[in-house]
Amino acid sequence: MGSAAVSTAPPAPALRVERLAFAYPDGTQALFGVDLTIGVGERVALLGPNGAGKTTLAMHLNGINRPQHGSVLVGGLPVAKDNLKEIRRRVGIVFQDPDDQLFMPTVRDDVAFGPANMGVRGPDLDACVVRALEAVGMEAFADRPPHHLSFGQRRRVAVATVLAMEPQILVLDEPSSNLDPAGRRELADILRGLDITMLMVTHDLPYALELCPRAFVMNEGVIVGDGPTAEILSDEALMAANRLELPFGFFPSLAEEGRARRTG
Amino acid sequence: MTGGHAHALYVHGDGPVHRLRPECKLLAHVLFVFAVVATTREEFWAFGVYAIMLVVLAQLADLRLAFVAKRLVIEVPFVLFALFLPFVGQGERVDVLGLPLSVEGLWAMWNILIKGTLGVAASVILAATTAVPDFLRGLERLHLPRAFTSITGFMIRYSEVISHEAGRMKVARDARGYDARWLWQAKGFAASAGALFIRSYERGERVYLAMMSRGYQGQLPDADAGRAGAGAWAAALSFPAIALVVAVTAWVVRP
Repeated sequence: MGSAAVSTAPPAPALRVERLAFAYPDGTQALFGVDLTIGVGERVALLGPNGAGKTTLAMHLNGINRPQHGSVLVGGLPVAKDNLKEIRRRVGIVFQDPDDQLFMPTVRDDVAFGPANMGVRGPDLDACVVRALEAVGMEAFADRPPHHLSFGQRRRVAVATVLAMEPQILVLDEPSSNLDPAGRRELADILRGLDITMLMVTHDLPYALELCPRAFVMNEGVIVGDGPTAEILSDEALMAANRLELPFGFFPSLAEEGRARRTG
Repeated sequence: MTGGHAHALYVHGDGPVHRLRPECKLLAHVLFVFAVVATTREEFWAFGVYAIMLVVLAQLADLRLAFVAKRLVIEVPFVLFALFLPFVGQGERVDVLGLPLSVEGLWAMWNILIKGTLGVAASVILAATTAVPDFLRGLERLHLPRAFTSITGFMIRYSEVISHEAGRMKVARDARGYDARWLWQAKGFAASAGALFIRSYERGERVYLAMMSRGYQGQLPDADAGRAGAGAWAAALSFPAIALVVAVTAWVVRP
């Protein structure tokens, strides 16, 4: 994990996407020229309605989808066939359903899967696994089969499987979905404690406000909003135009006050 | 599902049999079963020795005999047909309780019943003392093809996920008044079986994408946890060695 610098225009951005366009093989155009830049150490939310292209964009960040037009640069390195191994080490994606991500017989094997693919072996691998599990508070569960854990625990292990690869960027697809309120808060505590660049795809707007100082709004395959999360969520015209709605009784300005009250 | 700590067949314990390396246990198990199968069926004493060996092994593994006996029930459907052999067998007949039974058929029945029971009892003890992940790792260290062990691992991992999914679909069907009592109502069941197949297929794709994201390139990483020591092999193989001596003796002393 690199050192964290706050977003004052660092020399090489953690992530740079330029004029990215993509159509699926059946002809559905999902991305129509996406431009975005994320600085090292930033935590950014990616908001938008269903079908906006958020997941399609996330799949470009580690080369699952290859750019058809435009480019994706991770720490200056373009996503291309020859760089895939290094790109996948740099960009860790936590998928929405932990059952898709956890497939090995034990938690330990699963967390070891990524680094082992990167060629880590022996005591280094063990240390790597322990570090990643400690980061999410799941070290006591290393020898359990993943399917015997609770959903919240599985989500945390899924985060650990990616952290074990020591990525530069962590991409999370709907990290708070299906979690109970305590599990949601526990995951927030873990994510806040990580010293890493983060892009979080989410419909959970309060979660985005809590964890990400900056947010993008995406709709119909382009980025239509970029700014401090509190400002984005307070922009009623932007929100309404992009099918974004705050939960009943939630006011971003009051949330800031609530945070100040909780921490101070 | 119980949400327990390990797989259904495994019994928690920390005896010498539990701690033995899985690859040693696996090989010992296979050799023991071969020895039992190779024993001539006329030598009753040999099977007595095998049974005693298994009783001792169960004691070492802290398994109650009643527990092993209960799990032996699994062999019933497989050996059931053996009970018919004395009735349908050819050749010489002997009267038992007024029934004319075939002598050759009786021998065949005994042969299948005793060898099946001993083999299944050994397997029950192996399964009760070896957790599934260790079992797979043992197979790998015995140099079974990695494709085979990975597929087995995936199967075990996802059988539970998919059976949960099937369970939820059944509940959802029943909640809408579906009551599959007649053959023509099978359509609902067939449709959900199809849906389950599609969902599992799509899940397979998502799992593969998640694997690629973590650098998978068509080869699962090796499980390199060192080799079993000579001591472990000696301890494990002493068991089939005794069985082998018994089997050979039975061949030699046979009339």
